[in-house]
This record gives sequence, C-alpha cells and structure tokens, in this order.
Amino acid sequence: MYNEKVIDAFKNPKNVGEIENYDGIGTVGNATCGDIMQITIKVENDVIVDAKFKTFGCAAAVATSSTATDMIIGMTIDEALQVTNRKVIEYLGGLPSQKIHCSVLAEEAIKKAIEDYKSKK
Amino acid sequence: MKPIYLDHAATTPLDKRVLEKMLPYFTENYGNANSQHSFGQTAKVAVDNARKTIADIIGAKPSEIYFTSGGTESDNWALRGTAKRYKDKGKHLIISKIEHHAMLTTAKELEKEGFEFSYIGVDEYGSINLDELEKAIRPDTIFIGCMYANNEVGTIQPIEKIVEIAKKHNIVCFTDAVQAMGAIEINVSKLGVDMMSFSAHKFGGPKGVGALYIRNGLDLGKIITGGHQERTRRGGTTNVAGVVGFSEALRLSRESLDKDNEYIKGLRDRFIERVESEIPYVKLNGSRENRLSNNADFSFYFIEGESILMMLDLEGIAVSSGSACSSDSLDPSHVLLAMGIPAEYAHGSIRFTFGKDNTLEEVEYTVDKLKEIIHKLREMSPLFKLNSEVKNV
Repeated sequence: MYNEKVIDAFKNPKNVGEIENYDGIGTVGNATCGDIMQITIKVENDVIVDAKFKTFGCAAAVATSSTATDMIIGMTIDEALQVTNRKVIEYLGGLPSQKIHCSVLAEEAIKKAIEDYKSKK
Repeated sequence: MKPIYLDHAATTPLDKRVLEKMLPYFTENYGNANSQHSFGQTAKVAVDNARKTIADIIGAKPSEIYFTSGGTESDNWALRGTAKRYKDKGKHLIISKIEHHAMLTTAKELEKEGFEFSYIGVDEYGSINLDELEKAIRPDTIFIGCMYANNEVGTIQPIEKIVEIAKKHNIVCFTDAVQAMGAIEINVSKLGVDMMSFSAHKFGGPKGVGALYIRNGLDLGKIITGGHQERTRRGGTTNVAGVVGFSEALRLSRESLDKDNEYIKGLRDRFIERVESEIPYVKLNGSRENRLSNNADFSFYFIEGESILMMLDLEGIAVSSGSACSSDSLDPSHVLLAMGIPAEYAHGSIRFTFGKDNTLEEVEYTVDKLKEIIHKLREMSPLFKLNSEVKNV
C-alpha cells in the first residue's frame, strides 16, 4: 500500500514535537475526521530556522508531516508558502490515492503557521 | 520472531488436515459433480457427504444446505432473494445497523429499487435493541435480519429472541452466522431461524466457499441462475474441493470447540487484562461477557488506528482497525458509531482476534510492543497534550 519512503518517514519521523516559544503555529483538521496536524515554526529574519509537528492521523499523515517540516526548515517564509502537497507527495515518491487528502493538511498547516507568524509581527 | 497473526476474524489459516482432505479433489477426483460418468459421481459423493456432515453438525437436513461462494453471496441471496420473492407481499425489510457490508450495501442497492429498510440500533455494548426491532415491524415487513455475532466487537446477539419476534409476526428471519459458526455451537432447527449464512475460511476452511441454510419449505428468489446445481436454486459448477474443505474444517472445529474456546479465551483475557492495567486511556469496545471468545476490540484515545496498525505490522504483528484510514471511506467503523462511541475514539480502534495457533508468548510480546507504540504515537499526538484530563499522566 505505502512505498518504502513513506514507511520510513512514518517509522522514523523527523521534527516531532512542539517548539517552545514558537513564532507561528498552525493547527488544521479535526478529530471527527481522523486527522489533526499541528505545525510550529521558529523564524529568524524571515527564514524558518526550525519546524516541528504533532499529528493525530494515519501513517500517510505522519509521513507527510515529517517530510513537510523537513522541507521548510531553511526556507524563507515566501519559499515555504510555495510548498504544495504535490511537492510533498513527489518527495515521498507517491501516496495511495485515498491518502492524498492527508498531504493537503500538511500544506494547510504550514500556511496557517506562517499566517500566525505574520499576524504577530 | 515469526510474524504474529491476530486477525482471525478477517480470515484463518487453512488447517493442514483440511488441506489433506481437499487435495485429491483438485488433481485426481476432479470430476464435475453434475456429470453422470464415474468422475462426476465420485465428486458428487464427496459433495453429498460434505453436505450431510455440515447439516448434521448444525442440526439441519442436507436438503437445507446450499453451497455458495461465501458469506457475501449467502447474505446477498438471503436479502435479495427474499425481496424478489415476497415483493408483492411487502417492500419493507428490517436489519440491524451493525450488519456486515454484505448486508448494508445490498440494502442500499435494494432501496434504489424501491424497497424500504429500517435499520435497528444497538446499545453501548453492540447488542440489538429488541424493543426498537419490534416497533419497526409493519404490516408490509417481509424480512428481519441480524447477525449472530458481530465481526468487529464480537457481541453475540439475542438471536433466539429475534427469531421469536419474527415468528410471532410471521416474517422471514435470517441470521448471518459467518463469525459465529466456528466459535459457537449452533443448532438451526432448535433456533428456528429461516435462513443462516456461513463462510468456511473463518474456521480453518478455504476461502471462496460458504453456504446458505434455507429452511425446507421456504421459497426464495434466485440470484445466481444457471444449471441444475444446488437443486436448481443456485447455478454454477460446485467447488468440490472447497465444500470438502468446508465440511472437514467445520467437523474439526466442532470436535475441539470447547477446548479451543477455553484456550483462545485464556489468551484473549490475558491480553485484555494487561492492556487495561498497563496502558492508560483505553476502552474495551463491546460487551465484557457476551462476546466471542477470540475478540478484543480496543479504542486507544488520542491516536489514530491506522498508525497503530502500521506500527504493529512493522513489528510483525497483524491486526485490523475500525479507523476510516484503513478503508476508502472517511467514516470510521459503522459498528462503533452505532454503539455511540465518538468518532475520534472510533478512529483509534484496533481489533485483535486470536486463534488456536497463537501462544501466550505472542500475547505478551504483542502487549509489550503495543505499549511502546501507543506511547510513541501519543507523544506525536496534538490531542494528547490538548486534553486537560491527561496532564497528570
């Protein structure tokens, strides 16, 4: 069902947790639907220097959270806003079709975290 | 360590003794049971014997056993066959909310054809509401169907009472005994049910073969038309090796039913005891007493079932989940929702079903791994922190 890259990202996820004194937080999804994703970011000079996630969801949700946070670390916030779910899926080498919606959550959580950061500035 | 299989409600391994009985019917006695020559007659004898063995075990007559391709076909036949045959009498049918999809999806199809269904609810333990059932009966009700034991949470239904209600109102009564057959001593004539479905692979038999018990005298529409097989009621060349395997598997499972049940229940109870005492925020779904001896279904709060299933699988442990993510739908288990379990806990449900080949060592290993996995996933869960109740864990 899942390819090896997805399994590996699920088995050994990177950036798990919540940044203390984060600069932005984005939480999307809901428990009724079975998916919640929370991403916190630390930003210095408009560059994302750290990102962490907490996810309630399936293996695909965990894998995309891990991958998406990994991708945005080191990016400027403008670059991070360009990270789409398609790019995350591409990086993971594909997801089963019924799991595509999980990757959308990652994109939305990043956008929300950046919005939060911007609104506080 | 060799993989641990804890998904016996999904399917069971074929018993090697069953395979031995089946093998000659693939390569040596390969005749078509409908052929008049000796090859055919050898096959026919095997089919007749299998039918008699099964009938004797469940308290039926051989002429009441109709072989099918499995539980889904049997369920379809009972439901569609009744609708087709009795539509002039009425277009209302009653089934429970926790039926297998073989029933629920078929009901949805029949609704499109103009039939009306009442879906009867269950209590928090997954047991059908008998009052609600009786109240749902209308003058045009032609069918009452309820599974014998639920496949997800293992709740055994008050089938005798359901049959009693159906008889009182003179309505055709059906039970899906796919999960119950290998685990409970079932006697159809004592029970008085009109139809009952079975599937061989749930108790050490092969996949692709099952049966529908149809009480003698009950007329039923056909859904598979063809040759003269199964007294012209169900067409298709008989799966000879399959029915031989079916009867042998049932015979063997009945022979050691009490012993196996006691052993499996021992493993299951040990599992429940350890999970409940060693993992916080869990709920055993279903009834504590009134459940199949092989079933333990848990909701693990704050985490999602598919993740648990995948993590266990990576450790070589096979289970199933009621989470939406394990299926193509977005809704979690219809059974757990019908029991009033909130969607977020239904998403975190895992079904463990034990078998006679499991060992105590496997149970202990599974709990050890499960503890680590639940902890790891909760660390990752935003709900675990958000929920104020759990701050002192």
